[in-house]
Amino acid sequence: MQRRSFMAGAAALGLAAPASLRAQARTEIQFWHAMPGVLGEVVAEQVRRFNASQPAVTVVPSFKGGYTDTMTGAIAAWRAGNAPHIVQVFEVGTATMMAAGPAIRPVHELLGENGVALDPKRYLAGVRGYYSDTKGRLISMPFNSSSAIMFLNLDAFAKAGLSTTDLPRTWAQLRQASEKLKAAGATPVPMTTSWPTWVMFEQMAAMHDVPFATLANGFEGLGTELRLTGPLFVKQVEYLLAAQKDGLFRYGGRDNAADGLFVAGEAAISFMSSSLRSRLEKEAKFKWAAVPLPYHDDLTKSPKNGVIGGASLWTLTARNRTPAEYKAVAAYFQFISEAEQDLWWHKSTGYVPITLAGYEKARAEGYYAQNPGADAAIIQLSRAEPTPNSMGFRLGGMVEIRNIIQEELEKALQGQQGATQALESANRRGNVVLRNFEKANKA
Amino acid sequence: MERKTVFEGKLLPCLLVAPQLLVTILFFFWPAGQAVWFAFLRQDAFGIRTSFVGLENFQDLFADPLYLETLRNTLVFAAGVSLIALTVALLLAVMADRQIRGAGLYRILLVWPYAIAPAVAAVLWIFLFHPQIGLLGRALNEAGLPFDYKLNGTQAMLVVILAAAWKQVSYNFIFFLAGLQSIPKSVLEAAAIDGARPAYRFWTVTFPLLSPTTFFLLVVNLVYAFFETFGVIDALTKGGPARATETLIYRAYIDGRVNLDLGMSSAQSVVLMLVVILLTAVQFRFIERRVHY
Repeated sequence: MQRRSFMAGAAALGLAAPASLRAQARTEIQFWHAMPGVLGEVVAEQVRRFNASQPAVTVVPSFKGGYTDTMTGAIAAWRAGNAPHIVQVFEVGTATMMAAGPAIRPVHELLGENGVALDPKRYLAGVRGYYSDTKGRLISMPFNSSSAIMFLNLDAFAKAGLSTTDLPRTWAQLRQASEKLKAAGATPVPMTTSWPTWVMFEQMAAMHDVPFATLANGFEGLGTELRLTGPLFVKQVEYLLAAQKDGLFRYGGRDNAADGLFVAGEAAISFMSSSLRSRLEKEAKFKWAAVPLPYHDDLTKSPKNGVIGGASLWTLTARNRTPAEYKAVAAYFQFISEAEQDLWWHKSTGYVPITLAGYEKARAEGYYAQNPGADAAIIQLSRAEPTPNSMGFRLGGMVEIRNIIQEELEKALQGQQGATQALESANRRGNVVLRNFEKANKA
Repeated sequence: MERKTVFEGKLLPCLLVAPQLLVTILFFFWPAGQAVWFAFLRQDAFGIRTSFVGLENFQDLFADPLYLETLRNTLVFAAGVSLIALTVALLLAVMADRQIRGAGLYRILLVWPYAIAPAVAAVLWIFLFHPQIGLLGRALNEAGLPFDYKLNGTQAMLVVILAAAWKQVSYNFIFFLAGLQSIPKSVLEAAAIDGARPAYRFWTVTFPLLSPTTFFLLVVNLVYAFFETFGVIDALTKGGPARATETLIYRAYIDGRVNLDLGMSSAQSVVLMLVVILLTAVQFRFIERRVHY
């Protein structure tokens, strides 16, 4: 008995030795991500596919909590000298990461050094612009991108006698639809919104080709200043305040706190991330439509592209990092940029495809004909050539600025201040954040 | 009076306290010292560019009207939490102290909430108070009372105070119950024989005899409200709406971890450290006095 277990142990050791040797021959890459639940499983599956596709690299994915936790965790790890090779950082952290010179390895450098040729043009314009420098070179790797779009409860529309095919496209049309929805009592409240800052300020500025901040929304330098007191933003906030006053709009909280209102059928109109599609397919007990965000037709007849949300992958440096490790990271980036992989990612997550080829493939196989509205975000992102106002945002302390805008908007919705005053306060406080960031990041 | 063990020489006693000292230095003094040092620096998130700015962080902090508002919020919050947690716990302890069937079961049930993680507790409160999905929130709105803690600052403050106080009631309850049980029965009987009615007996005999416990708990509750309610606030309101429920500790977290402004966050930690030192000093003075009780 004893001898048998000893033999078994020896056999196990004998087997284990070559296995660990094999593992050593593969370069191990740490990948920290912020994708919970089902999305996390898709990331793990993507990594498995990559690991199985080649003999040299093993990517090890680890879930590190929400976007904020993942980013601060990676920064702390870098300061301690053992950063992960790849970290997923949300789009509003882009300026902070870009300012971190020696801590990051820009994607165009990484690919160039390792002889991987990836033309930036292969990525969707709206995606590429957000993560490129002013020379159009990619700094981080596009990964999960979404956009904010409008979701409509078609059952409620039918109940209010509204058309379910000719859907509202402008804010004025939405106002009329809301009034009818209210009169018919189709849902407890006609309209709400998720991501108040992203939808009502960032997306609206891009679509109407209006600056959110100077110096091309910060792309051209740290000296950028907010432009939140402009007429578009006043109009937008006043629109919301008037709608709230007339019982047409209800504030559902910060970030994505209002998602549930639409999903539960409490609100008939909402503006949410396009990645909410999969949740609606599972949970919504009504017919719904996903269409591009509305615009003000007295300000523009042809809205520009919207901006993305989501996150990108950053390559971090470390003292003892070898060229082989960087090469392995480049190989992974190359893999996820393949049209085939991108298509799979797009369909399994509900995020937009990051490459044009992935999008074309999905269209060719009739994916959007079977899933109407699944391309609303893509249409919105690529319907115009990005202008300096619609490329994206490169503002230091963007998380803080978003929260400041939300706070001042909340104060206005509480009735403590008017639209102009809210925007002036947000502008002033946001500029303090920008100046502090500028001071901290100037050598 | 006190029993003292005297060690020979210096080596052994030093060796015996060394592990404790090491832990304290490594996990308390070092990070605290670092926070103090960071409070005088300005640096980017990665710590690549660092410059010494003297007292600038503190100047910015106290020149910020929002920080003073946060201070006011914290005082309202701490006072509310302590008041509710203490009175409810005292009431429950007095009730559970009587001769009732199944007293043990009541006591266990009352201590239970203390074992629940703050974030879980907050989720339970969301199920109660959420204006659309919460039991109570829905009922209030249907009864024609507009209730929306996501937009109404006063209501939000009320909700976080209730949630935070509820967690602390159990802790206070244990101490009050122990305090009540250590009051000599003879004193109460003497008062009863003199004709004092129960309520009168409580206010003139029981309550004064409980005062050391009450005072100790007051300090503990204030410390709790100041420093340990992060989870409840983060899960329920995230400091909103419009900063109505932002406390000092929550602001330090937001500035440091979310906004990545370590200098500002450290300056706030130093301010908080001074508050802890003050509260601890008060508590120690009190405990010293209790020895003579």
